Amino acid sequence: MYSKGLKPLSIATVLMVALSLALVFFYAPNDADQGFVQKIFYVHVPLAIVALCGFVAGGIMAIQFLRTGDRSWDARSYVAIHMSIIFGTIVLITGAIWAKAAWGHWWVWDEPVLVSFLVVFLLYCVYYPLRFSIEDPDRQARYSSVFAIAAGAFVPINFAAVRMAEAFTHPRVLSQTGGSLPGDMRLTFLVCIAAVTLLFVTMWKLELTGKHASMQLKRLRRKLEAEAA
Amino acid sequence: MIRTARTILRKDLAIELRTKESVPAMTLFTVTVFVLFHFGLDRDALEGDLASGVLWVTLLLAAVIGVSRLFAIEREQGGIDGLLLAPVDRTALWVAKAAALFLYLTILELVAIPAFALFLLGPDLLPALPVLILLLLAANIGLAAIGALVSALAAETRAPGLIVPLLLLPLVMPVLISAASATEPLLRGDQSPEDLGRWLGLLSLYDVVFVLIAVAVFDFLLDD
Amino acid sequence: MSDERTGDDVSAAAEGDDRNERAGGDAGRVGTSRGAGAAIELDGVERRYGERVALSGVTVRLEAGQTLAVLGSNGAGKTTLLRVLATLLRPHAGVARVLGHELPDEAWKVRGGIGYLGHDPLLYRELTGRENLVYHARLHGLMDGLRSPDEGLASPGAHNRASSLDGGLARVEERLKAVGMARRADDPVRDLSKGMVQRLAVARATLHDPALLLLDEPRANLDPAAAEALEPLIGRASGKTRVLVTHDVEGGLAEADVALGLRGGKQAFCRPAGEVDAATARGLYS
Repeated sequence: MYSKGLKPLSIATVLMVALSLALVFFYAPNDADQGFVQKIFYVHVPLAIVALCGFVAGGIMAIQFLRTGDRSWDARSYVAIHMSIIFGTIVLITGAIWAKAAWGHWWVWDEPVLVSFLVVFLLYCVYYPLRFSIEDPDRQARYSSVFAIAAGAFVPINFAAVRMAEAFTHPRVLSQTGGSLPGDMRLTFLVCIAAVTLLFVTMWKLELTGKHASMQLKRLRRKLEAEAA
Repeated sequence: MIRTARTILRKDLAIELRTKESVPAMTLFTVTVFVLFHFGLDRDALEGDLASGVLWVTLLLAAVIGVSRLFAIEREQGGIDGLLLAPVDRTALWVAKAAALFLYLTILELVAIPAFALFLLGPDLLPALPVLILLLLAANIGLAAIGALVSALAAETRAPGLIVPLLLLPLVMPVLISAASATEPLLRGDQSPEDLGRWLGLLSLYDVVFVLIAVAVFDFLLDD
Repeated sequence: MSDERTGDDVSAAAEGDDRNERAGGDAGRVGTSRGAGAAIELDGVERRYGERVALSGVTVRLEAGQTLAVLGSNGAGKTTLLRVLATLLRPHAGVARVLGHELPDEAWKVRGGIGYLGHDPLLYRELTGRENLVYHARLHGLMDGLRSPDEGLASPGAHNRASSLDGGLARVEERLKAVGMARRADDPVRDLSKGMVQRLAVARATLHDPALLLLDEPRANLDPAAAEALEPLIGRASGKTRVLVTHDVEGGLAEADVALGLRGGKQAFCRPAGEVDAATARGLYS
């Protein structure tokens, strides 16, 4: 059910990732102040953006689940959030590496995307204990959806709050990506965003397909056992 | 629906008056934490951003206590079933619980603010008071709305006492950010109206969004 | 993170294969005519708990004023069935009609007509018996003119308000007296014995004069005198439609018109109570 289009999608993903890596290493210029290390930005920021979108998408899918009662929407929501948390861990790690290399500290509060991301990440980490400490599977899906919706709405508000709070002179990456990125950097950046997005969607579909298959296997096994008994 | 909410609220207030569980605990906790900060920071008086931060963080932590108890009584004594069996709109339960939490927070603050001024605040509180009250009310609305929702969410899990702080604290960060950022210049005495307007605007946005969300999704928590 | 716990898709939603496996096939439709007035009509009702089946193949028809005894061992699904009828749980498959309204879509219409007495008395321990009953009276709209206890739907209005407030309070007092708790009505529930709490629970369940009573072992904790005193409220003498879950097989069959047996969630039999012999009933418990 979920594996439709998986093959062309995977191929497209591999191609895009290869292309973006090539651009990052060979096309984009070395940053004047930070040197080669600045290139982590091409990994770190797209991952952050896609992860945040993944969280919000998880919330939208949760709305669909509550509206239709179709458990497949709950599965989609769960996997989207799950993927975003994984991507998010990498965001925080690459963020720390970049911060250390560029500014000498493992963590900086000046970067609003990173800070707001930390808060969002901490929040979504609670998704697992919340979900798995509810025993009734029906209720589990419903409560997780309520959480996903509230947290999904939280993401933009939190980002706005942190952004307003950190009105500093430190060069803010996202303000760069709007207009002031020079052409070759912008191209690389956009390609990287596309690649990471494709990666997210492909992995999301992959995990859903895998879960669906294992569910069906379990169901068949149960039926066989019931008939044998 | 309002009538039902009023009925539930009345019942909750009656029980709270009798058991005195939430409000005294929150208040005592707050004052104790103020004293902790005095020793922990080794200061006699706080100013500016430090004062603002200590005040709001303490209030938020006290709110966690209130939120934890909010649905505990329903979970323990079968109150939800009683409501589900009645021909009423179930969102009334959220309204009642949020209203109760709002009241508890307000009463807490009536004690906490003077205590804070007494124990920890360097500059004079009085000139800052009107705007501070405005900020407190705006923050309380958001805290009440999200607190009631989180309490209901956590009530069905195995370890609600753990889940509530983990869920609530990240979710109320925007409240902390707005309120603390607005209070800092206030306590220093040099607040600009645009600044205040910005933060109040964010607080109001938060309040509106989460009240709407809570009202929209609450029914799904009770429906089986 | 166990895979089992994430949402599985609904492609195989209600396969209904359970229907083929229904043990002991008697899905009796008791009652001859299919006219309006049946208090309860269930057809193939199912309720799952994740992948586990809590109820399946439940089919029964109960006329107004009749009593249905639900028998079965622990975990057979008796309480689940009662909760489905009470609109506390929604059926996952099959057709369920209570008091003429279909569940779960019209559940809200039915709630005012159901009195549920489960294992939990649904009383707040810190409040007194009277306060608890007043609370429930308010929830059921008995105190504010929208629904007067005696007349059904009355039109709201200020002039109704005072009289209905009194009417509601009078109703509470009358119930307290009927269950024999008038004297201890001002003691907090946590100070009362289990028997007294059960009496208050009966008062709560019958406060709004429901047409259908759902009773889960109603005589637990009651001494014979108390049980007798409550007969006119919840017993056969009340004349109400009743669904009775009980472990007292003989007693249950004696006061029932229809008997439904559950075994492992599946309906084992559904017949007129007189046609059920002891052996069949005991068979449920082996």
